[in-house]
Amino acid sequence: MSVQIWTIIFVFLSFSLYIGIAIWSRAGSTKEFYIAGGGVHPLANGMATAADWMSAASFISMAGLISVLGRDGTFYLMGWTGGYVLLALLLAPYLRKFGKFTVPDFIGDRYYSKSARLIAVFCAITVSFVYVCGQMQGAGIVFSRFLEVDITTGVLIGMTIVFFYAVMGGMKGITYTQVAQYCVLIFAFMVPAIFISILMTGQVIPQVGFGSELTEAYGGGYLLDRLDNLSQELGFATYTEGQRSTQDVFFITAALMFGTAGLPHVIIRFFTVPNVRDARRSAGYALIFIAILYTTAPAVAAFARTNLINTVNNIEYSAVPEWFTQWETTSLITFDDKNNDGRIQFVGDPEANELNVNRDIIVLANPEIAGLPNWVVALVAAGALAAALSTAAGLLLVISTSVAHDFLKRSFMPTISEKQELLYARISIFCAVLIAGYFGINPPAYVAQVVAFAFGLAAASFFPAIVLGIFRKRMNKEGAIAGMITGFSFTALYIIYFRFINPTADNAENWLFGISPEGIGTVGTLLNFAVALTVAKYTPDPPKEVQEIVEEIRLPGEAIVR
Amino acid sequence: MSDKNAQSYWESNIKLVIKLMCVWFFISFGCGILFVDALDTIRFGGFKLGFWIAQQGAILVFVALIYIYIYYMDKLDDRYKKDSLESSNEATKEAE
Repeated sequence: MSVQIWTIIFVFLSFSLYIGIAIWSRAGSTKEFYIAGGGVHPLANGMATAADWMSAASFISMAGLISVLGRDGTFYLMGWTGGYVLLALLLAPYLRKFGKFTVPDFIGDRYYSKSARLIAVFCAITVSFVYVCGQMQGAGIVFSRFLEVDITTGVLIGMTIVFFYAVMGGMKGITYTQVAQYCVLIFAFMVPAIFISILMTGQVIPQVGFGSELTEAYGGGYLLDRLDNLSQELGFATYTEGQRSTQDVFFITAALMFGTAGLPHVIIRFFTVPNVRDARRSAGYALIFIAILYTTAPAVAAFARTNLINTVNNIEYSAVPEWFTQWETTSLITFDDKNNDGRIQFVGDPEANELNVNRDIIVLANPEIAGLPNWVVALVAAGALAAALSTAAGLLLVISTSVAHDFLKRSFMPTISEKQELLYARISIFCAVLIAGYFGINPPAYVAQVVAFAFGLAAASFFPAIVLGIFRKRMNKEGAIAGMITGFSFTALYIIYFRFINPTADNAENWLFGISPEGIGTVGTLLNFAVALTVAKYTPDPPKEVQEIVEEIRLPGEAIVR
Repeated sequence: MSDKNAQSYWESNIKLVIKLMCVWFFISFGCGILFVDALDTIRFGGFKLGFWIAQQGAILVFVALIYIYIYYMDKLDDRYKKDSLESSNEATKEAE
């Protein structure tokens, strides 16, 4: 059977499963809609968190990015996992103990201020929208390549599915579909990785194959040594050595870590478990589930890089494999025969290089490059869709709760009934799906670049405000608001300046302390901390009842609210 | 009495978190970024040590850190509950 038929089968089966779950888990109350009733088992929540977290970027792009960046790709690996240590140790248990629905809820109540709540709502919505557009685009790429429908149709199908289970089931529907999506995506990621590892190194476990010797057919020698040699021969940077400056890697890693710990769609997942103990436990499960993919990804990156160089460098263009021509039709692979010898030269020197491979297709094309069976190729497509849709749903829920709960109910229409609030939540998720779908079909050219935005913003606004809210009793609203505004604006301006206003200056010479826009969120975070602490020192202490709440959330026991 | 109990719970919690955060920083930012080149001179199997820590080892340490935290916090929670139960029992006895 062809790849296309297999893809249709897998996508159809997985989508039916998601819809079935959505029908089974309709939400009846706001509590079910926002936090799945607060009764999710920590193991299930761990899986849901992992699926929520691992987006199209983790599934499709990350291994590809690492295969191009080599050792520098480390900042994604450590940044996107190390943040969970911060979440588990500094945020999740306390926020669960606090026992509200959303992140702006915590900020608004802890800092006894409507302005603080509204700033948090603004940050949550901005961060989530930036992120969700990328997911819709990822889904579009998969549909267009594997089902050969155009991107618009692809996005529309994706939107309908997300709409169906997010609007009906809210957090409850999303949680249980995410559990299913985790299973689909991890299976889809691991199967080809294991296949390729056996093929290239004879090792079943990719993490072991990563450091093993290649089989005879691949020329023997350690995989990483071989990759280093190939890279040097062709004029690429040595794979296991870093190219970026140490301080830049340091700051980017930190920004991704703080950002991970401050992203609202991840934080709210910890509101869905029954108690504080389970919140800690589910952070542990989540990181294990994430680590399975994140330790496999660098191995996949090294396999794919070696394979790609071996397969395409210096071969006759007329003799390229089928996958090559198929990706060429999507313009994600381009070949330009500069020296007219009819062969593909894939080298480090941009003047002589004739092949451009979009980094996003490495994972999708990897099974085809390695010549794996068609059903494995199709499985990857279903996995990529699971990754994109699960994250999109989680983000849409944040947008909907921010609008219906924080913006309407808690700020401007406190008298609406629960039924009305639920209706508003469904309407806002509906609008959010439409807007996200629009951007999925008409992607703004800068989507890939604003990802730094989402992390930088989350890091520079939420992370310090929440940490100080828990660990510093005397932190008051003046300090928190000043800190959030400073961190947010500094980070936003730095990124906007280098990415949009003056992109020609976007290089290490002009950067502040040699920190790229991806890493500036760390400076924003530190500024936020500094400003918040200074301002709080010279302004009145928070009211006594707020200080009592802070003491209360630090102790074990039942949640304060409900 | 209960206040003192709460304070000692919080202090033990903070101490644990600080210790774990030091390991977190040392492994990720230390071994994975700052000293990575020095560690790369050590090899095991097909890996350079620094490279391995940066792309594999650090993630495993992160998982371990969360589990160590879960283990000690569960113990700390139980002790806190036991202590606050005892102190409230004492308080009722004294009142009688």
